Amino acid sequence: MLLSVTDLRKTYTTGDGVVTVLDGVDLSLGAGETLALTGESGSGKSTLLHLVGGLDEADAGRILLDGQDLTAMDDVSRAGMRRGTVGVIFQQFNLIPSLRVEDNISFQARLAGQHDAGWCADLAERMGLTPQLRKYPEQLSGGQQQRVAIARTLAPRPRLVLADEPTGNLDEETAAQVLALMLELVTDTGAGLLMVTHSHDLAARMERQVHLARGRIA
Amino acid sequence: MTRATLQALLSHWIRNPLQLFTLLAGLALATALWSGVQAINAEAAASYDAAAATLGEGTYDQIVARDGGSIPQETYVALRRAGWLVSPVVEGRLSGVRIVGLDPLTAPGGLGPVDPVDTDIAAFLSGAGQIFGQAEVLAGLAELDAQRIEAPDVAPGTAITDIGLAQGLLGLDGQVTRMIVSPEQPLGRPDLAQVAPDVTVQAAQAGSDLGRLTDSFHLNLTAFGLLSFAVGIFIVNGAIGLAFEQRRPVVRTLRALGLPLRRLMALMALELTAMALIAGTLGVALGYVIASLLLPDVAATLGGLYGQSVSGTLQLRPAWWLSGLAVALLGTGLAAAAAFWRLARMPLLASGQRRALTVVAGRAAWVQGAVALVLLAVAGLLALTANGLVAGFALLGTLLIGAALALPLILDRVLALAEGAARSLRAQWFWADTRQQLPGLSLALAALLLAMAANVGVSTMVSSFRLTFSGFLDQRLASELYVTAEDEAQAEALVAFAAPRTRAILPIQSAEAQVRDLPTEVLGARIGPTYVDNWTFLASVPDPWARIAEGSGVAINEQLSRRTGLDLGDAVQLQGRSFTVAGIYGDYGNPIGQAILTEPVFAGLYPQVTPLQFGLRLDLEDVAALRAALTREVGISEGNLIDQAGIKQFSLDVFDRTFMVTTALNVLTLAVAGFAILMSLLTLAALRLPQLAPAWAMGMTRRSLGVVELVRAVMLAVFTAVVALPLGLALAWALLAVVNVAAFGWKLPMFLFPADYARLGLFALGAAALAALWPAWRLARTPPADLLKVFSNER
Repeated sequence: MLLSVTDLRKTYTTGDGVVTVLDGVDLSLGAGETLALTGESGSGKSTLLHLVGGLDEADAGRILLDGQDLTAMDDVSRAGMRRGTVGVIFQQFNLIPSLRVEDNISFQARLAGQHDAGWCADLAERMGLTPQLRKYPEQLSGGQQQRVAIARTLAPRPRLVLADEPTGNLDEETAAQVLALMLELVTDTGAGLLMVTHSHDLAARMERQVHLARGRIA
Repeated sequence: MTRATLQALLSHWIRNPLQLFTLLAGLALATALWSGVQAINAEAAASYDAAAATLGEGTYDQIVARDGGSIPQETYVALRRAGWLVSPVVEGRLSGVRIVGLDPLTAPGGLGPVDPVDTDIAAFLSGAGQIFGQAEVLAGLAELDAQRIEAPDVAPGTAITDIGLAQGLLGLDGQVTRMIVSPEQPLGRPDLAQVAPDVTVQAAQAGSDLGRLTDSFHLNLTAFGLLSFAVGIFIVNGAIGLAFEQRRPVVRTLRALGLPLRRLMALMALELTAMALIAGTLGVALGYVIASLLLPDVAATLGGLYGQSVSGTLQLRPAWWLSGLAVALLGTGLAAAAAFWRLARMPLLASGQRRALTVVAGRAAWVQGAVALVLLAVAGLLALTANGLVAGFALLGTLLIGAALALPLILDRVLALAEGAARSLRAQWFWADTRQQLPGLSLALAALLLAMAANVGVSTMVSSFRLTFSGFLDQRLASELYVTAEDEAQAEALVAFAAPRTRAILPIQSAEAQVRDLPTEVLGARIGPTYVDNWTFLASVPDPWARIAEGSGVAINEQLSRRTGLDLGDAVQLQGRSFTVAGIYGDYGNPIGQAILTEPVFAGLYPQVTPLQFGLRLDLEDVAALRAALTREVGISEGNLIDQAGIKQFSLDVFDRTFMVTTALNVLTLAVAGFAILMSLLTLAALRLPQLAPAWAMGMTRRSLGVVELVRAVMLAVFTAVVALPLGLALAWALLAVVNVAAFGWKLPMFLFPADYARLGLFALGAAALAALWPAWRLARTPPADLLKVFSNER
């Protein structure tokens, strides 16, 4: 099993007191498998994604990723996991504005020490970004920027791809194109895909769907 | 990983060259002003060291003649025979060069250029002899048989030679000027008064007194350099803070992609260190240029004011360029500390939104306000109690930093009030928008505040000083003509010739004494209307001149009063007689104590002193005729006749040159503040588009937006100037009443110069308007497509 989440719990302290966001979540995902995580706003979808991506720390429970316990890792080890094993695609793209498209695509792979120029060029080609390689992100449309973000995430060939509303900022047609490309590439690399989405149409294109309600799997 | 991260970090500067320029230029300017001042100080210090090393000034006690003249060589021989370990020195001026003759065989170790152990002492002593000095000094000497030897370590403007050669050159055969007293003396030697009653020992203290004065001058320069550096660091702080804020989203992305925080911070520190070294190198080079331009004036100042010789040319000393680089690194560290602290505490999932334009509010504002209040309260306390240089500078520091911290809060309140009082919607938007822009501009405005306050403070001090000094000259230089006779016979002839042609003849005579261990010059005055009508006392008993004239009173200068604690009615001992202090007078520019007795009493105490210098009182229109007659009939050389107007002009020229350096630093500091405003406005311009685009979309033209930006900058400068004026006056008061007393020993009255302040205010407004002109012009020409992007990015 690529990902195994057991009894995961997370609370936040706000001005109104302690809020339970995740209340004993169990989840698993195999290599090459795609999973849609749906739920209302505030149901804990993004929090679960952040915990699995090593971006945040759980209060209790276990996350086994590729056999390694993420919850037992310190900040530096989790950063190492984010560089190579996990790739996160954000809703806001989060590109580096001062780097050209080609440098943005290769950036995470170089950070992980797994840069493959041929694979990066192939990704750019398949994403339709070859004419844009010398441009800066601000010169691209929203759809093009999200394609750059997907290529950047896949460049180090991560074992698990996490996507947080990856098409939330795109129009319907562009969203469909981007998702198709993402699924194609994830399948090609044999990575697992866990995608958070509000859209039932997009969720329907995943192999499995999990619905989260009030911090629990419904 | 390191390479990819560095590429991402550095690409920010490549895409934001203006920000990079601001950072480098701010740091380079700050370093330049600091290291420029340090270069001047280092050069002056090296000159003093050279003087001390070659002449033993301030290091050894000296034996001098009681009457201030030369000492017969027989006195030296008598002292040596009696067991006194003294070494003779002959000193005088030749072709504008200070000639110093030493005896290398008896001089204390380390003095002079000749070491009896290592060098050819025979060549120094025999034949035509040798003369040592810096190249330009040797070149300035007239024809000499002696071998000229370049010695860079000899004090500037000075040439050292054997005592015999010096006696010949200066026409002082059989005479010595002073004797250096070796610190180790044999026990049981006879008393000095027994062997040589006409000479006296002058403690090394007299030299260090001069050292204290020059030290305080350099301390003033250093304080100015530090202030300029602080203004520059404001720019750097603004640039780094803005860059970090702009890179918040990138930092979050980098961490999300797996870059450990510690590595990220180390790489950002490395990036800033490299920039600090580049800017520091540029700054040191620029500082060298500034120092080269200012050094001749500083040298003239020190020469004119304190009689200290300083080389007019600059040498590249490792100590100061290394300290310049160190200061650049330190300044960058200081400026970046807060940004790094925020970065280290920023959660990985924190908002990536830029916060550069958030209004100062909440807890941060309270903390800033509280710190400002505490600092200003400490400044208030120090104003009442400060005594001494350190306390004086602590007062200046707390006052300036407290005011700089308080400024954004004061402006925020003023703008909030204006917003509340605004009637039209557009005016309300203008005030609210200005208030929102304030945090981004507050550092530049604080820099402008400091620069303007320093300008007001220093110009008030200098102008007050000049006004007082000018009045002081009128008091002290009351005689219309000053004459110096060559000998007693000529003096007698002069008095006989001048008596029927003048209203009064005032002898100028003095003797050296010690009052409560302070070297003091005692003057014998012919008391009459000139003194009674012209002299103003800082404090006096009723009818002080009558008390002095009857022989029981003495007038003392402010320096003597402050340093010895002597006050009105206290007793002063001179030559075993007691006098009561009848008056205390201002004596600006004099490093030592002074006491005035009436002429008959002086003559009784110092019978060996015969006056050779006289002030003559006559009608101004008769001065030229008397000058000519004195030359023709009495044989007084033209060089020994100086009219009052000439001396006054010379004194005021010396004064003006003294403060030329201060004026130059003032202008430079203000220019740096103007630069800070320009850079802040330019870097903020891009960030402000999201605020301005909606106003444009709702019907404001780009041109009117540009005009509003210009008006806003000028208005903020006006508000800053309003705060800067009282702050500058407080600074002037601290300089005049606290720092000046501690540094120079006298207190100056403070005068106000409204016209100067108005001119400075206009200059500052002009600088602000000029700084805002380019950003406003750029805004007025922003393509609509760029404004539209604001909305498209919000999708």
